[in-house]
Amino acid sequence: MKILEERKPQVYRKGTEPLQLDCNKQSVAGSVSQRACVFCGSRVVLYPIADALHLVHGPLGCAAYTWDIRGALSSGPQLHRLSFSTDLREMDVIQGGEKKLAKALCQLIDLHHPKAAFVYSTCIVGVIGDDVEAVCRQVSALKGIPVLPVHSEGFKGTKRDGYRAACEALLQLVGTGSTEGISPVSVNILGDFNLAGEVWIIRDYFEKMGIEVVATITGDGRVDDIRRAHGAALNLVQCSGSMMHLAKQLQEKRGIPFKRVSYFGIEDMAQALYDTAGFFADKSPGIVGRTAALVSQELSTIMPQIAQYRRKLEGRKAAVYVGGAFKAFSLVRALRQLGMDTVMVGSQTGLREDYEELRELCDEGTIIVDDSNPLELSSFLQEKRVDLFIGGVKERPIAYKLGVGFCDHNHERKEPLAGFTGMLNFAREVYNTVASPVWRLTPRGAMRDRS
Amino acid sequence: MIAIEPLAATRNACKLCAPLGACLALRGVAGAVPFLHGSQGCATYIRRYLISHFREPVDIAVSGFSEATTVFGGGDNLRSGLNNLARQYHPELIGIATTCLPETIGEDVGHLLHDFHPEGDVPFRTVHVSTPSYRGTHVDGFHATVKALVEQLAQGGPVRGHINVFPGMVSPADLRYLKEVFADFGLEATLLPDYSETLDGPQLEEYQNIPAGGTPVESLRAMGRARVSLEMGRTMADAGTAAVSLESKFGVARRKLGWPVGVLESDRFFAALSELAGRPIPEKHAKERGRLVDSYVDAHKYVFGRRAVVFGEEDLVVGLTAFLAEIGVQPVLCASGGESGRLEEAVKAVAGDAVDGIVVKEGMDFATMGEMARGLAPDFLIGSSKGYSVARELDLPLIRVGFPIHDRIGGQRILHLGYRGAQQLFDAVTNTLIERAQERSPVGYSYQ
Repeated sequence: MKILEERKPQVYRKGTEPLQLDCNKQSVAGSVSQRACVFCGSRVVLYPIADALHLVHGPLGCAAYTWDIRGALSSGPQLHRLSFSTDLREMDVIQGGEKKLAKALCQLIDLHHPKAAFVYSTCIVGVIGDDVEAVCRQVSALKGIPVLPVHSEGFKGTKRDGYRAACEALLQLVGTGSTEGISPVSVNILGDFNLAGEVWIIRDYFEKMGIEVVATITGDGRVDDIRRAHGAALNLVQCSGSMMHLAKQLQEKRGIPFKRVSYFGIEDMAQALYDTAGFFADKSPGIVGRTAALVSQELSTIMPQIAQYRRKLEGRKAAVYVGGAFKAFSLVRALRQLGMDTVMVGSQTGLREDYEELRELCDEGTIIVDDSNPLELSSFLQEKRVDLFIGGVKERPIAYKLGVGFCDHNHERKEPLAGFTGMLNFAREVYNTVASPVWRLTPRGAMRDRS
Repeated sequence: MIAIEPLAATRNACKLCAPLGACLALRGVAGAVPFLHGSQGCATYIRRYLISHFREPVDIAVSGFSEATTVFGGGDNLRSGLNNLARQYHPELIGIATTCLPETIGEDVGHLLHDFHPEGDVPFRTVHVSTPSYRGTHVDGFHATVKALVEQLAQGGPVRGHINVFPGMVSPADLRYLKEVFADFGLEATLLPDYSETLDGPQLEEYQNIPAGGTPVESLRAMGRARVSLEMGRTMADAGTAAVSLESKFGVARRKLGWPVGVLESDRFFAALSELAGRPIPEKHAKERGRLVDSYVDAHKYVFGRRAVVFGEEDLVVGLTAFLAEIGVQPVLCASGGESGRLEEAVKAVAGDAVDGIVVKEGMDFATMGEMARGLAPDFLIGSSKGYSVARELDLPLIRVGFPIHDRIGGQRILHLGYRGAQQLFDAVTNTLIERAQERSPVGYSYQ
């Protein structure tokens, strides 16, 4: 496969050479990038806030494609799962969409009584010059709830800029609620989106350790929790790509320190709990001991079964292509725990330091790639004779078409993969796809059997 | 609750944007790659949406607008994008569909393409279609793309014996069925588009840059020399379609037919083919019709008088209405997100005795549909998987047909057309109703 000249600096093979990898730049025109846009970045970050109204201002498509696409669960309201669009038409584009936006907002607020409303600007809103901020201010004054513009015009950067726009909207909420009664041993969980109920697993660990969880941002998120999030003693940041801006701002403006964590895989999960316990060791006597006991109990439940899966998976090869590079670190470690080698790893939006860390983590010969596309990914799968591909919906058919097992580690997963329980689910899912007998019937499987 | 004042917002849309339809149609041309001139997200969202239905790779390239592109125009991105795509995919044709962004800034893509000269050694054709998402739905984008392909590629010349077929947005299984029927009649037919293989293909040893199959560009060129164009879909416009264009440009006769869903609409379809081919309906199909009607009789009491909400693309809604009416099911609400202005007339033309009990609604979204359905006491819903939220809320069975099917496998294999398709639809409807009754029965009959 011929990799485009312009793309070559974004592919690196680990060897003796130091890391040379371009990243964090606009996709090459005409390449079939697996990335999305600014709007997508904002939409995925804010979507799980379940008692807010999410109104997409623009033509219909952007709202339709993001209707209930994410398994971000809520323990209460389900308003986030509805798709609202101003559905701009030709006349609106000519005459401007402000009136329609104001009317839509007022009607939907009356109908659903949300705690806040987010208004997402799509591409053409940035072009036709609607004053979305002004409309939001007016409606907010009229209805008495925060109405927050999200500057997510698709063309104004990459998905990363969308994360930032979402964080800016959140920053308008944080600090507007009362912090009375919040424990000094308390955290906000940032960057977990409660896919398949993952934030509930994590929250439960922290509560068992004696830590109060003030706000989960944004998984199973609630507007009122976010408003008082500045009362927490520590921010725990997973998915650093999306939430680092919020964490840094809260550190700068409110003096709340943050820690980067990951809840995927045994090592990273345990590390996250120990780091947090360490932070509160002075304020909460016995927390380190409680944490060790918790970890050891969780491990004793899952390890025997993990060991069984490992025996079946030892030596198999995996490829990983995910949105943010931070998740890739955990996956490489988790796969190693299962005895599997990661022979290709990449992300849509990784940064230089992320790829440096991946280089450290991976074995010789591993392909590291930024902002890849189907042709490159399929050629890597074939070249490296991969048994398992981990990615999202857009990566799935590439794997399946070539007779390669697949594990969805993206928005649509139905089984929690975070936490210790999640590691067991992950091992089971990997085993279920790698060990399936159907591969024998495929051309690639038949070829493998022959060789 | 029925909203008194219509809401300004669309809630849970029952439609998608025009570029999606364009990409789908372009997947049905051999050697073609869809290329969106617009933002990165448009291509990614549409890929994701199509992949979840077809469960096949769907590569869609994009020029990728940035802030600078939006201010200064997307010409450079378009040109370098086309060259990059050609270098990697070696397409015979690149179909360029615009999104709302370039349309709003007034980009003249036709002009940009006119001045464009590919860099590489391998030549490729471009076809361009204007599909801003603020105008029409995915179905409009689909038809506009078919028309653009024909207008920009078809050529005139001595008339040949073949026929053109514009099937509309049917499933790959429907396309395969249509091809079989035309072959059985001995009719040489060019279907446009034809994604029967490109979006429902086998396992591969090597990844194909462009999946095999599709309407060959050569056949597309010859569409100007066909003896007739069959345009399928009762809600198709009588102006501005591919068949109309071929008629006015090259004098190719145009014949409009409904989607052959159910016995009666299929009878009309088969009669038309019989006339075109100058031969009777092949025995295989006559027998399928015989078995279908026999099954209607066997099961008529399970379905008679039941009430259905029908939704989806307008031509599918019309076809399903015809089918349901002929088996004695009362369609109570026939709804679409489309706004052709022709749905009501088309539904009423095929609804037979059921006509008085039908509410027809264009421009519907699922939230409004759910609110209306509540007062209409339906027994089941029939339409795409996006109706699931309504079905769940009303605790009614949903029979999944059309596009998209995102919560089951096999959407690409659902056959809707012809006697064979009607047989599958009929069995699905009947068994769904029987299953519901069985589940709710205190007795638990093990026979029916």
